[in-house]
Amino acid sequence: MEQGAAAEVMRGVRAGVPVAVGYVPMAVAFGVLATQTGLSFFQAGAMSFFVYAGASQFASLGLLAGGASALAIVLATLVLNFRHFLMSISLSRRLSLPFALGFGITDETFVVASLEDLLTIRFFLGLIVTVYLAWLSGTLIGAGFSSLIPAVIARGMGVALYAMFIAILIPGVKKSWVNGLVAVAGGVLAWGASVALPALPSGWRIVIAILAASAIGALIGGGDETAVEEEKAA
Amino acid sequence: MIWLMIAGMCLVTFVPRALPLVLGRNLVLPRWIRRWLSFFPYAALGSLIFPGILTVVEGRPWIGLAAGGCAALLALKARNAIFPVLVAIAVAVGLQLATGS
Repeated sequence: MEQGAAAEVMRGVRAGVPVAVGYVPMAVAFGVLATQTGLSFFQAGAMSFFVYAGASQFASLGLLAGGASALAIVLATLVLNFRHFLMSISLSRRLSLPFALGFGITDETFVVASLEDLLTIRFFLGLIVTVYLAWLSGTLIGAGFSSLIPAVIARGMGVALYAMFIAILIPGVKKSWVNGLVAVAGGVLAWGASVALPALPSGWRIVIAILAASAIGALIGGGDETAVEEEKAA
Repeated sequence: MIWLMIAGMCLVTFVPRALPLVLGRNLVLPRWIRRWLSFFPYAALGSLIFPGILTVVEGRPWIGLAAGGCAALLALKARNAIFPVLVAIAVAVGLQLATGS
């Protein structure tokens, strides 16, 4: 298990590459949209640098364009990002991360880190820095150069995040069918919530789906419960 | 106004992400909550994949499904996510071009 510190960080970087590939087109789109909404190059960049929350950043542009106040936008951001609170709780059970690294928790880094068998602080650091730099550089490219990327390529790259989610889901399903069932339940619930409550922000759809689908898994049992118990003992 | 908004957004995104890490594992949780938490990653994955994958190319949900299906097949054998991701991008670009971008 004695592994060089640099090698550990590099493992995290490699795990972050597929996420980074998926982030770039979204970040470019954000940069373009931000400047079109009236933000300066530096404001668009600062948003990705300091806020670093995709859904909230896009939502803030929509609200700004609609003339919302700063306070309303900040509240909407809190609501949209509440799911990261759940994800942070879940990660904090796995390892003791310095709280500053919590800044790097996104939907994507959370699932990649959670499903990593050899999760260490250095791995997490490599993962989140890679992904963060992709988000930041994509934003700057979008804000600086507007639409130089052909639409067909940008849309194609948009599939990267989904492909990555699927690729990290499959090993978990191989481990236990309950994991697969929980994932399917999560998808169905998120879709159901979007149909039944179209006005509900997407962040809350995910919160509802996570809480309910995980409860289904916990009631059935199996899954990674043994892993959790072992960590508790360790 | 914009800078004030950015400062506020920074605060309300960082605090929920960092707070549980401050409390850390000192927080003793009952067994059923730990069991519940252990399924969060899978539930999150499911809700992030679906229905979002249908909207990769607006109006042509099957492109996202086809690319995702290829990624799933490759992920059964691949050792990391990079190869399935690259193939899925190629499939999504190829299908758009083949069906009139």
